[in-house]
Amino acid sequence: MFQSLQDGLLSAFKSLQGKGKLTEANMRDGIAMVERSLVEADVNIDVVRKFVADVSEAAEGRRVLLSLRPHEEFIKIVFEELVNLLGPVDNALALRRGEMTTIMMCGLQGAGKTTTCGKLAVVIKEQKLKPFLIAADLQRPAAIEQLHVLGKQLGVGVFSKEGATDPVSVCREGIAAAKSAHADVVILDTAGRLAIDAELMEQLKQIDRQINPNQVLLVVDGMTGQDAVNSAKAFNDALSLDGVIMTKLDGDARGGALLSVKAVTSVPIKFIGTGEHMDALEPFRPEGMASRILSMGDIVEVAREAHRMIDERERKAIEERMSKGVFTLGDFRDMMQKLRKPGLMTKMLSLMPGMGELSKIMGNVDNEKEMSRLTGIVDSMTPNERRNPKLIDTSRRNRIAAGCGVQPNQVSDLIKQFDMIGPMLQMATAGSTSDKMKMLQQMQGMMANDPFNPLGGMKIKGNTGKRLTPKEREKLLKEREKLLRKKKRG
Amino acid sequence: MVFWRKKRADTSEPTHPQSASTETVPTNRVADDSKNGPSEAKGESPQQDGRAGSNSAESTDSTHAKKVGWFRGFLKKTNDVFNTDIRDLWKSEGRLVDDEFLSDLYAILVRTDMGPSMATSIRDSIRDQYRGRKVQQSEILAVIRERVAQSLKDRGGSLKLAAEKPTVILVVGVNGSGKTTSIAKLANRLTKSGRRVLLAAGDTFRAAAVEQLRIWSERIGCDIVTADSGADPGSVAFRAMQRAVDESFDVCIIDTAGRLQTQSHLMQQLEKIKRVLQKKVPDAPHEVLLVLDATAGQNAISQAKGFSEAAGCTGIVLAKLDGSAKGGVIIPIAEQFGLPVKFIGVGEKLDDLEEFSPDEFAAALFS
Repeated sequence: MFQSLQDGLLSAFKSLQGKGKLTEANMRDGIAMVERSLVEADVNIDVVRKFVADVSEAAEGRRVLLSLRPHEEFIKIVFEELVNLLGPVDNALALRRGEMTTIMMCGLQGAGKTTTCGKLAVVIKEQKLKPFLIAADLQRPAAIEQLHVLGKQLGVGVFSKEGATDPVSVCREGIAAAKSAHADVVILDTAGRLAIDAELMEQLKQIDRQINPNQVLLVVDGMTGQDAVNSAKAFNDALSLDGVIMTKLDGDARGGALLSVKAVTSVPIKFIGTGEHMDALEPFRPEGMASRILSMGDIVEVAREAHRMIDERERKAIEERMSKGVFTLGDFRDMMQKLRKPGLMTKMLSLMPGMGELSKIMGNVDNEKEMSRLTGIVDSMTPNERRNPKLIDTSRRNRIAAGCGVQPNQVSDLIKQFDMIGPMLQMATAGSTSDKMKMLQQMQGMMANDPFNPLGGMKIKGNTGKRLTPKEREKLLKEREKLLRKKKRG
Repeated sequence: MVFWRKKRADTSEPTHPQSASTETVPTNRVADDSKNGPSEAKGESPQQDGRAGSNSAESTDSTHAKKVGWFRGFLKKTNDVFNTDIRDLWKSEGRLVDDEFLSDLYAILVRTDMGPSMATSIRDSIRDQYRGRKVQQSEILAVIRERVAQSLKDRGGSLKLAAEKPTVILVVGVNGSGKTTSIAKLANRLTKSGRRVLLAAGDTFRAAAVEQLRIWSERIGCDIVTADSGADPGSVAFRAMQRAVDESFDVCIIDTAGRLQTQSHLMQQLEKIKRVLQKKVPDAPHEVLLVLDATAGQNAISQAKGFSEAAGCTGIVLAKLDGSAKGGVIIPIAEQFGLPVKFIGVGEKLDDLEEFSPDEFAAALFS
């Protein structure tokens, strides 16, 4: 997500990097590139202009020009402005305990309203509340059917009325039905429409007036272009929105419409949809999004992902083993096999700080091959070695390599990876959030210390303190470049 | 955004007091324009009779009238941005081409979703030609229109029908771009022209997508091959081909599930569907239509690229052009990939599918 915007900004910053001082001239380049890449990312031109003006003002007013590392200062300013523009954060659905909450969904045709209704129901269920869906989309053929199928999949009640023509009365009857079903949250799925269609907008207003929902959420397609501001404004004027959900952000859409919608409606962005499956709805966090835009990685997201993939029972078992300090290579293998879902590894990698570039190199190599090799290597170890990889010396290493038909250095790589990913998984399973954050910061620090990290194997050893001679450093650099080329080829 | 809308409301009303109240705003403006230069007059002023010449003989009076009606509506909409905004740049007779002017012009171009590269190149060519001069609106409009028309030139085109029955049309696109509705409209169009059409409900992923297409087929009165939700779309395609060949249908249109161009496994599935089609009809599919949402921004370029690589698109259907979006992104797409736009979706009714005409599109965009 946001990859393209990241690339653009990264290249803008690259032009600033390596220059001793930030002059007005090269900052203008950076700013022009920021502007262009935002336009390319479908951020509305007026929003872009305001943003760019804010950034230059902030940059000029501050100590940037005197700063020791001007490009870092510049990135910081862009980052802060992005967060400013995207925030403040408010993910709460404002559900009323003990009382029924009504949420009305609206949006253009094909934005993903019905699917998002389903995803929202999942989120509500996770909060131990009972959702209920009302099919008020009487326009599109089979929209009612679609909501029923979703309801069945998720085990959520759905109200619809065959042959009805008045969405207001459908909603009214639906809410009565929801009350008798003792639902906590009612979600109204309204028909998709064009913002300029006065008649349909009037119909929405009718629903809004007569049903008086507690919340009105706008669903926006993440691929929308410059027009996003027009439609968002029209909906906001008609219904006074409470929140926005942006969908289809799992592709390579740059999602700049998010900035546009936020700027024009100034209602909080609640969630983003990142996949076709019913659990692919993430709470929106401006810092995370801004980090991603600036390719700074988003470690909190990694933790969340990892957490999601491991179910409660397994987690307890692993947690126990980990707390006893017996998380072994065998467990590691099992765990990795769980993460086999296509694209997941790449996704996790791309979310890690400084790994954006690496994930590009890895591309689709991912998975199958890599996994079977990993399994093979672990299978070729003795149970003792699996428990305690430190046992593995050169001769053991060679034996394992021969046993599964890989090069010895691949065995070492795997062990290094284990050292690296172990703590990460541990973090995912760790108890409290503060523990998690601590661990994350530790990891982030580790990775940040090693600028070559994305290139070599996953090195996690801290700095040994040994100073390298320039010659040695050069040699190291060459080796790493060679490795990188190999990776590219292979 | 807000302020340019405001600005337009502020400035255009006093200068054109007559235009605010009437429905015929674009026509009036066009008439104004035609005084400025012969090129506009040729392209725009003959709303009714001028089009008659360009329309092919087959179109009846009613469809012709509708088409003109649609373009009038479209003109009105796009004129909102193009005519009014560009007009705003001329506060008095002639305006100096300076940095401020160029930057405003750039913003106007970008708002059509044509993308920064295209907008930059148009802006730069205008800068090179006119910098430091006082210009008339008509000059600038002519340059922009010519440039866009050039990009879209030869990019129109009607549906290619195979010499031997059946003609196989595969329809692809991202989620929610309007595939199923476009298929219904296309099927309706072909059925009305007297062809026997078979639909294949290949979207077995999204809940009730099959049902949606089945309802359309009943309304249109054409045949359909369906499968249960979750079935292999390849098998649906195969059965549809078999039936199309056995019962000698004229056209077979295959729906597919919406997918993002970055989902490589789903893109491979498209390749597979293509291979399946070729088992029965070796030169199938004769058309692979990519449905693009007119509201889509620059990601549409990535869509065109991704789907062309996986499925070998032969044309574009630009859906949802009836909103406030301009669909300008087809300009860079046409330029980069040479993909012709075959149809445009201009409404929610079955009849709301028009053949694309690059000249009319360019003219409508920049009249």
